[in-house]
Amino acid sequence: MSGHSNWPEWIYVAVVIALMCWVGAEAWNAERLVEHVPADAELIKVIAQQWFWTFEYEDGTKTIGDLYVESGKAYKFEITSKDVIHSFNIHDYVVLMDAVPGRVNTVWFAPTDVRTHDIQCREYCGLIHYNMRGTLHVEEPSS
Amino acid sequence: MVLELQKPRPIWQIMFSTHHTDVGLLYLILSLSFLFMGGALALIIRAELFLPGAQILGDAMTFNRIFTVHGTTLIFLFILPFASAVGNYFVPIMVRYKDMAYPKLNAIAFWMIPPGAALVWLGFADFTWYAQPPYSIISAPGPAADMWIFGLKILGISSVLGAINFVVTILKCKHPDMSIGQVPLLAWSFLASSLIILVAIPTFAAALLMLLTDRLGVSGFFNPAMGGDPIAYSHLFWFTFHPEVYVLVIPAIGMMYEIIPRFSRKPIYSYNSGVFAFVLLSIVAFSSWAHHMYATGMSFTEKTVFMVGTLAAVPASAMHVFNFIATMWNGRIKFSTPMMWAVGGIALFFSAGAGGVANAAMPLDFSTHDSYWVVGHFHLFVMGTIAFGSIGYLYYMFPYVTGRMYNETLGKVHFILSFIGTILVFFTQHVLGLYGMPRRVFDYPPIPEWIIMNQIVTVGAMIIGVSMVIFLANMIYSSGKGKLADTDDPFGLGGKYYYPFEAKNPKH
Repeated sequence: MSGHSNWPEWIYVAVVIALMCWVGAEAWNAERLVEHVPADAELIKVIAQQWFWTFEYEDGTKTIGDLYVESGKAYKFEITSKDVIHSFNIHDYVVLMDAVPGRVNTVWFAPTDVRTHDIQCREYCGLIHYNMRGTLHVEEPSS
Repeated sequence: MVLELQKPRPIWQIMFSTHHTDVGLLYLILSLSFLFMGGALALIIRAELFLPGAQILGDAMTFNRIFTVHGTTLIFLFILPFASAVGNYFVPIMVRYKDMAYPKLNAIAFWMIPPGAALVWLGFADFTWYAQPPYSIISAPGPAADMWIFGLKILGISSVLGAINFVVTILKCKHPDMSIGQVPLLAWSFLASSLIILVAIPTFAAALLMLLTDRLGVSGFFNPAMGGDPIAYSHLFWFTFHPEVYVLVIPAIGMMYEIIPRFSRKPIYSYNSGVFAFVLLSIVAFSSWAHHMYATGMSFTEKTVFMVGTLAAVPASAMHVFNFIATMWNGRIKFSTPMMWAVGGIALFFSAGAGGVANAAMPLDFSTHDSYWVVGHFHLFVMGTIAFGSIGYLYYMFPYVTGRMYNETLGKVHFILSFIGTILVFFTQHVLGLYGMPRRVFDYPPIPEWIIMNQIVTVGAMIIGVSMVIFLANMIYSSGKGKLADTDDPFGLGGKYYYPFEAKNPKH
């Protein structure tokens, strides 16, 4: 138990603690910036149910499965569910938020390219969870 | 201390025995049986995902049932009973007592597992191992779901009874000459993990009852249609099952603490830091549960608190790794099969921990959460660390249990194949997750990167499968017909470091 010096272990533990403090501080700072929703973000309501997505835009129109946004604009999603828990995910833009019945969760993003991306459910929601997919259409800005 | 298999006895004598080595033997046989059954389910899952489209299973529901039972089986019916097997064999010997503190309770705790296991396997529920409401309340088909709930209830009670027994045995029945600071680290690991069980499990026991009454429609704790909150279940569940991760991993680390010094032919670098890290881990185990729930809509403050709580577990885990490396440093290491498994396990423990830091960091978690990254991450713990430590320890205890030696070459082949397979499967799954593949999917779109990575994973899984067949054959053949072991020093280590308190109590 004794008979040898412990200083290498103390240095090692100090290095690990310093590393974790750095990771924690960086993560805290990045998350703080990521969560700040721009004031001019357009609102899109996302309603999940077994096993498809409904999107409701600010002008009241609705689409199912396909989400249409314009490049260069910021969008804020208000996500909820009608039945069980789902998780709204646009992996290419690191958009991920659970759709919980009885709650509204918000997340935002600002697409920068003009192409389509996959939308998928990332929380197990039953029989056709694997195919609860949609498409994000990022279009040219309408001037 | 030969733990007798040498003298053949009728099976019922072992089954109705309350002696700690007999109960340990029953735990061992049960846990290994479920290792192979749960592993077979994993191979079916991997075969199904080899290519997009339905491969060998007709429908998604069968697939969903298979991964649910796979997870439940390997956690509750392999890892936990295996740790109990090792604890039953060695804890009383290590604290120099004639048996466990409550032998009958010990046998009862064991005999609760087969009915619990039967409920889980005959039900074959489909709502994943964490039974998330409201799916598990309003959508999961019965009676499978109800059978799963009752099965888990029974297995939970069994865990609590076993934990009480370990705590009392270690604290109250240790030899009066022995202070708590002399108890071997393996026994310390059982003390730490048993205390975690006692604090953590009751929460899930309550949640299971609430889930059952919700399913019966007489309450609405987690059912939003009746004013309940499904996220409350997540908190109750993870308050039990994040600490449970440490319940699983701490005994495996304790087993490595037995193997590493013996096969390095050196004393442990620092016994005190091992004890300190166990105690610290069992405390910080309770500070991190909601890191599983960043994406449920938690506030920034909540996420920050749980991120700090999660990162706090890293220094304690790192102390164990340091201790292992410092023990091996300048040792005369003998790479017999148990040592290979232990060293491989430590390497994978380090990799798993490094991936865990990335998960804990809030913004990165939104990339990895509920993707195959997470599957790869926790499997590196349960397979790479816990199963590796456990299997290494099984090889290590094999001559003491059976009085015979396993085939060393096959043991090494088993390790090498498993190590390669584990790296192929779980490292690739990390990358697959970064490419966005969600977990718990029966089918996936034909994205070229996803297909190639799924194929690598499936090949790796089949390599592990082959290695496990070799393992099974080796165990069965050697326990009956292997060459007789020199039970004083079966691994030819010189014996000096075999057992810390042997000198005072040579034959137990």
